[in-house]
Amino acid sequence: MIEDLKKQRNEVWREELRKSLKNKERIAIPRVKMPELEAAFRSRSYDEVNRGLSAKDALREAKRCLDCPDPSCINGCPVEINIPKFIKNIERNEILEAAKTLKETSALPAVCGRVCPQEKQCESQCIHLKMKSEPVAVGYLERFAADYERESGSISLPELAESNGIKIAVIGSGPAGLSFAGDMAKYGYDVTVFEALHEIGGVLKYGIPEFRLPNTIVDVEIDNLRKMGVKFITNCIVGKTLSQEDLHNEGYKGIFIAGGAGLPNFMNIPGENLSGVLSANEYLTRVNLMGANRKETDTPVFFGKNVAIIGGGNTAMDSVRTARRLGAERAMIIYRRSEEEMPARIEEIKHAKEEGIIFMNLHNPIRYVGDEKGRVKQMILQKMELGEPDASGRRRPVEIQGAIETIDVDMVVVAIGVSPNPLIPNTFSGLDISKWGTITVNRNTLQTGLPEVFAGGDIVRGGATVILAMGDGRKAAAAMHRKMKCG
Amino acid sequence: MNQIVKKVILSENVVKLEVEAPLIAKSRKAGHFVIVKTGKYGERIPLTIASADIRSGRITLVIQKVGKSSRKICALNEGDYITDLVGPLGKATHIERFGTVVCACGGVGTAPMLPIAEAMKKAGNKVVTVLAARTKELIILEEEMKCFSDEIIIMTDDGSYGQKGLVTNGVEQIINREKVDLCVTIGPAVMMKFVSLLTQKYSVPTVASLNTIMVDGTGMCGACRVTVGGKTRFVCVDGPEFDAHQVDFDEMMLRLNAYKDYE
Ligand SMILES: Cc1cc2nc3c(=O)[nH]c(=O)nc-3n(C[C@H](O)[C@H](O)[C@H](O)COP(=O)(O)OP(=O)(O)OC[C@H]3O[C@@H](n4cnc5c(N)ncnc54)[C@H](O)[C@@H]3O)c2cc1C
Ligand code: FES
Repeated sequence: MIEDLKKQRNEVWREELRKSLKNKERIAIPRVKMPELEAAFRSRSYDEVNRGLSAKDALREAKRCLDCPDPSCINGCPVEINIPKFIKNIERNEILEAAKTLKETSALPAVCGRVCPQEKQCESQCIHLKMKSEPVAVGYLERFAADYERESGSISLPELAESNGIKIAVIGSGPAGLSFAGDMAKYGYDVTVFEALHEIGGVLKYGIPEFRLPNTIVDVEIDNLRKMGVKFITNCIVGKTLSQEDLHNEGYKGIFIAGGAGLPNFMNIPGENLSGVLSANEYLTRVNLMGANRKETDTPVFFGKNVAIIGGGNTAMDSVRTARRLGAERAMIIYRRSEEEMPARIEEIKHAKEEGIIFMNLHNPIRYVGDEKGRVKQMILQKMELGEPDASGRRRPVEIQGAIETIDVDMVVVAIGVSPNPLIPNTFSGLDISKWGTITVNRNTLQTGLPEVFAGGDIVRGGATVILAMGDGRKAAAAMHRKMKCG
Repeated sequence: MNQIVKKVILSENVVKLEVEAPLIAKSRKAGHFVIVKTGKYGERIPLTIASADIRSGRITLVIQKVGKSSRKICALNEGDYITDLVGPLGKATHIERFGTVVCACGGVGTAPMLPIAEAMKKAGNKVVTVLAARTKELIILEEEMKCFSDEIIIMTDDGSYGQKGLVTNGVEQIINREKVDLCVTIGPAVMMKFVSLLTQKYSVPTVASLNTIMVDGTGMCGACRVTVGGKTRFVCVDGPEFDAHQVDFDEMMLRLNAYKDYE
């Protein structure tokens, strides 16, 4: 792997490119700014906030990359994308080549370029940081290359190995399931994806909102998989509509479980079942999957004016920004730690602030109060301060005795995390299930306790990220393929 | 897409549809339900499976017109397609030989009770069914219910059919004359609440099948949550049937009205 990287870096075009500009000049170029919709406008619109780089900006940003001999950014990437190679292809204006490089490793670059926490991954390792300069905008460039390829209309379908007729079942159509399906189709398998919902895409469709990840981006990827022969069956719950035995009887020789972590956690505090208090999954599903914010749809949704979102992750940011777009005058984040500990992407926090979201950090709800109709009208908050670090390394929030606050709210969204979907663990016999409800797998092969069954994504990790789910899909495909060939 | 092969109008507001759904027909059990969505912009709503036939691969749904979405489904005709249909969902009814089982149904609740009465009967129970409705026209599926009941008591609010009175009057009559080992109740939330209060008084174990608001029906959203025995449970995966004496019906009724002003 390292040898390959070296060899590619030594190719003539890379060397020439490096020589074409001095490092000092490269470092002097300021980091590109992502063009965004103006905050006042976008906080009332569902259009995508980030507009994408222009070709000119992208090419200049690509120049900032020093093409390091020992590119640490690659180590920061959970799936080890060959980052310098794709960026240098942008610099020399071979954008389709750049997209191809991305696809050697990532099945969903247009998605990951938009939703990966780059500041914690590739960009956190960039050499620029050591020189007190801002890191190369790897995420923006990734998105640029993937969008360019899609919009050019020349998306290349990967070459497919000759069909081997072996039937493979995929359970769940989120990023883990989709990337697994793509790779298995490439290897020549007959792949069918079973999805419980009426739409394909998992969290990419029902969770992450349109203003951050437009559905059309996901649909293009799904269409490509269809063209590669992958079959999709919606409205089919494995464990309910079809049993483990049914899959076996229908001749599926391998199964990949990618059911995700969809079970919303609640805090179990008084008043949490009042109407107007809902999980982020319910809120986002109503809006993103069911289109409840649009006139032509039948699904209702609350249009809260004083909305509190509990939590500090991406789901919380997506919910609070959705509430703002649906007309909330006060849309608040209630988070029990401080901003520094927030798991959300930095860009989402920044965007939320620009859109007028109120951040009430170091606050924790302890009770909700309802009106005579059982609708939430107030929340009681406990103020917190930070104590010693806990197991996660983040400073533990502790209560400030007697510091209680009451706030008027007409809607509360609980976004404090999710647990693995229990349906598959409950209905498949022979799987090892951890005490957190995740499926236990061999770390290298993602094989479960059942030899023909593999699993990956959030159902193995608990709520994690798109890129890790995608990486799991690819890893499991490679391992299953090896097993099929070698027995 | 699932085709509607037969449509029967049971009463002014209640329609029976036979729908092609071979996989569900095969795997469903008494107590299971499906989630149905009509049209591209339709809402996902839960409907109990009233009966199923593995041979023809059809399931029967009985739908009462209450809101926009149920009206839309009732307006479909033979040959039309239901855009999305998924199931079977929920836990199946716990069936065993209890002894005497009272099936207390209100209105359209008779439809989901049908497969339960059938299974209870086949398990060797004595099944006594109480069919209750506001008025005669709203009593549905009486003939079908007869096949699986040792006795049927009809109650109407206005006395236009059977006895005049509420479902609880019917249930109480039975309890007063013989030992009842289990009561199963399905109907409007407020009716189930009063059945539950009654049977609690007589210490008759009672199961209620809850019809909360749902979105996904697979445990993903929590829209369907209820408090049972002081704990939050999800009706779509932990239910739909619960020990009625433990259910917080008042909270459930408030939650059922949550979206009234938003539809
Ligand atoms: C609101 C929100 C925002 C997020 N933002 C980000 C972000 O910015 N960046 C990031 O990296 N990550 C983000 N995440 C996390 C990321 O989306 C997940 O880690 C990722 O989608 C997990 O992929 P998956 O394929 O494992 O599962 P999922 O995407 O959850 O897909 C699982 C699919 O399986 C289906 N399924 C489940 N059980 C069955 C069954 N029995 N039969 C058939 N189908 C079944 C489900 O319906 C679902 O469609 C976010 C998550 C949420 C909820
Ligand atoms: S309907 Fe969504 S969890 Fe039950």
